[in-house]
Amino acid sequence: MCNTCGCNITPGNRPLVMAEKPKNGVTTVSVLQNLLSQNNHQADHNRSHFDAQKVLVINLMSSPGSGKTALLEATIKRLRESIKIAVIEGDLETENDTKRIQAQGVPAYQITTGTACHLDAHLVHNALHHMALDDLDLLFIENVGNLVCPASFDLGHHRNVVLLSVTEGDDKPAKYPVMFRAADLMLISKTDLLPFLDDFSPSKAEQNLHNLANDAPVIEFSSKDGNGLDAWIAWLHAEIEQYRSLLLDKQTQRPKVQLDGQLLHAQPGKTKFYSLNNKAVHT
Amino acid sequence: MHELSLCDDLLGQVVAIAAQHNARSVESITVQIGALSGVEPALLESAFTMIKAGTVAEQALLIMQTSPVTVLCRKCGTQSEVAANRLLCNACQSHETALLSGDELILASVALNCAD
Repeated sequence: MCNTCGCNITPGNRPLVMAEKPKNGVTTVSVLQNLLSQNNHQADHNRSHFDAQKVLVINLMSSPGSGKTALLEATIKRLRESIKIAVIEGDLETENDTKRIQAQGVPAYQITTGTACHLDAHLVHNALHHMALDDLDLLFIENVGNLVCPASFDLGHHRNVVLLSVTEGDDKPAKYPVMFRAADLMLISKTDLLPFLDDFSPSKAEQNLHNLANDAPVIEFSSKDGNGLDAWIAWLHAEIEQYRSLLLDKQTQRPKVQLDGQLLHAQPGKTKFYSLNNKAVHT
Repeated sequence: MHELSLCDDLLGQVVAIAAQHNARSVESITVQIGALSGVEPALLESAFTMIKAGTVAEQALLIMQTSPVTVLCRKCGTQSEVAANRLLCNACQSHETALLSGDELILASVALNCAD
């Protein structure tokens, strides 16, 4: 280690080394770290737990009432004989959803978030202390019903599935681009209601998803009449298979998440940043 | 309203850096927030005001920067500035694009008062 060639700079001391010379006693330190690095660190920890037990973890997200729990009930009915499933439920209040899942004969743990509008990696980690992972093939995390915040938090899961029910409108992907950009699969739910609606076009919803440069597959289904569930079950089987072959190669599956343009894909210094505000925050 | 929990992470990072440098106080914190980051700058600012009280960053200014949403077309190579919900190539309308900027959620730098 020397002070001439830079070999003494490590990730640990880089912020110290990168510090600019002080001006009037003020030192500016360049950091360039994701604001969610604490959450992301915990998420990676969760993911390694899941990978050690070979459990594929799917994060189900949608607005409230679009049919996440009904989808899980229908899925468990079809798969409980062949695949070992468990569910983590996220809700602000009540254990209603957990009771519905437990009634299907699979383990479920409820996270009640109080006023928090999303699950984060720490909440999921706490829930894992109440679950036996070693006997599982598939874990669903039913996130808090919300099309905004849950998209920003990596939970350590492997796939994002976003539901859009036909009563919500086919322009939801255009209205909530952060959420739908993160979808590894978009499910259009409650298609049994389509005959009663003249303003929802599944192909428009798919087009709005593609406008976000997201080529994720789209499956239309109804938990009520069972249409489309075969395609969903086939997707799940294919994902479990793909995940297991990744594990054999000592890799893991990652959901589509935020990448941080400036940190990862842009050439440093090439992106121009504009000031949003420079006024003092109330002190 | 996940800006509050985000702010908690942000403050944790800032306090750690301030301690590393034996700073007496934090002058300013610069963050980069893209339109596709899922964070609302105004909410982040009010959350920051609440959470910084009583810390080394109590007097700190929060400087927020944003970048345009830009994509690079994988088909024709054109770089376009686009709307957050329409990430298509401006030249050939392809949706096979890669995001170059606009999803940042980054603590860029911290100005510390280190005077003895």
